Amino acid sequence: MSAVIDTPRPGQDRARFLQTNTATREPWLVRLVLLVLGVGFFAIFLLLPLITVFVEALRKGLDTYGWAIHDSDVLSSIGLTFLTVLFVVPLNVLFGLAAGWAIAKFEFRGKQILITLIDLPFSVSPVIAGLSYMLVFGARGWLGPWLIDHDLKVMFAVPGIVMATTFVTFPFVARELISLMQSQGREEEEAAVVLGASGLATFVRVTLPNIRWGLIYGVILCNARAMGEFGAVSVVSGHIRGETNTLPLEVEILYNEYNFAGAFAVASFLCVLALVTLLVKWWVERRVHSGDAS
Amino acid sequence: MSLPRSRRVLPGFTPTLLWTLIWLTAVVLLPLSAVFLKASSLNAAAFADAAFSPRVLASYRLSFGASLIAASINTVFGVILAWNLVRYDFPGKRAVDALVDLPFALPTAVAGIALSALYSPNGWIGGLLAPFGIKVAFTPLGVLVALIFIGLPFVVRTVQPILEDFDTEYEEAAASLGAGRLATARHVILPALMPAVATGFAMAFARAVGEYGSVIFIAGNIPKVSEITPLLIITKLEQYDYAGATAIAAVMLVVSFILLLIINLLQARVAARGSRHA
Repeated sequence: MSAVIDTPRPGQDRARFLQTNTATREPWLVRLVLLVLGVGFFAIFLLLPLITVFVEALRKGLDTYGWAIHDSDVLSSIGLTFLTVLFVVPLNVLFGLAAGWAIAKFEFRGKQILITLIDLPFSVSPVIAGLSYMLVFGARGWLGPWLIDHDLKVMFAVPGIVMATTFVTFPFVARELISLMQSQGREEEEAAVVLGASGLATFVRVTLPNIRWGLIYGVILCNARAMGEFGAVSVVSGHIRGETNTLPLEVEILYNEYNFAGAFAVASFLCVLALVTLLVKWWVERRVHSGDAS
Repeated sequence: MSLPRSRRVLPGFTPTLLWTLIWLTAVVLLPLSAVFLKASSLNAAAFADAAFSPRVLASYRLSFGASLIAASINTVFGVILAWNLVRYDFPGKRAVDALVDLPFALPTAVAGIALSALYSPNGWIGGLLAPFGIKVAFTPLGVLVALIFIGLPFVVRTVQPILEDFDTEYEEAAASLGAGRLATARHVILPALMPAVATGFAMAFARAVGEYGSVIFIAGNIPKVSEITPLLIITKLEQYDYAGATAIAAVMLVVSFILLLIINLLQARVAARGSRHA
């Protein structure tokens, strides 16, 4: 850092500080125009849709919520969504921990390719993810005949929904843990092992405390996406009401039936979950980025 | 180098790498390879027929065209918003900062019905535009609006950290050499941001091309007019035209792989520049 200026910590203080420095300050009119453009764009494209959901949900009063929480299809879709998350998040945590350990603590050839492949689901359309599972597990897919012979239902059933959701959430926990564990190095673990700790004890007592905020961060993102996934689940679910409809699919059905109040009531519930996600994320982010493990 | 020795110090390399590879193969690589295998089982004429028919070509034009425009608009406003968040102080700044990630956290179907309510002729924005004869909902413009919604955080979140770490010494030097703010922005700040901006653009574009949930409600889905490619894949699947759906998916996947490659190269450049500035 420069000796001439003493730059304070990033964030609110830094912004205020930079606007008092003639070298990093714009004329007030420029500042105003940029603020109106940036925050205005944010308000129109992100804030207004969010507000719309709540306004539409409350348009017919609170009765809609009374209907929604007593509707058996809505209730079963809530159950299915949470059941899916219950499978998907632990599977991704297990994978993320394994991938983080192998990639961050050891050197091997092809590591960069492996990291790229883990990111692959981010750039694949969820619809194509659903299609690819159809081609493997569908009635006319690779494993289709075998599954039918053994009376196993994967497509248009819970296992298919869980698998498609696992695909689209695949990188969330892993990429967070890989970059965090890479930046932490392996000295602490090596010291523990050299001092006689077992591998498992080293992982539980040394690694896990170091990565726990990163892990929570990844889980939050993974959880939000798992609850909200639409395209991939839409392909594999079969849309059987009361059985294979997740919450987002229920929103679609209600909307297409012109039950707008109901659709927006369920949507507003998902909005609240999204806002809670952002709140927790913001709180965890400060801990991850302050580099403070305690 | 003491790498081979440290490899021996820590246990667990083989099982964790094995699990990583098995899981990656089972969940991601095998299903995706099914798409290519299925597509390659078609003969060339059948593939071309399915993947390049006029209706499919129109959907590519819409999906890629609208994604390109949305990513460009997001790049301009995303950089401005990132600048606002890093450099200015304004009321509600923390809330704005947290809410920028809304498209990541909000289910796309919820975004879809919210946007179509907002932009329909009797919605808040649709009602304002209707007197001017501008229709957004159920037109290609609606597709664009949805793709802007889901793409914005990619640009803001790739540019913001680079801007936060940007050393103001460079700006001071530029100012002391007599450069105005505009010249400094053009010749000092923007060049430093370029790799991050390009990464954000590419990520927003990649996400937009494959987007489904937020688009289908507002698009109206009129064949050859406002029908996006992912929807066409679903339509073919619902008609049990697996070959047709797979051929289109294979084309989209190839584009996705190319985009992923570009994003990776750009990210490597961002990282390199970051370490140079640190």
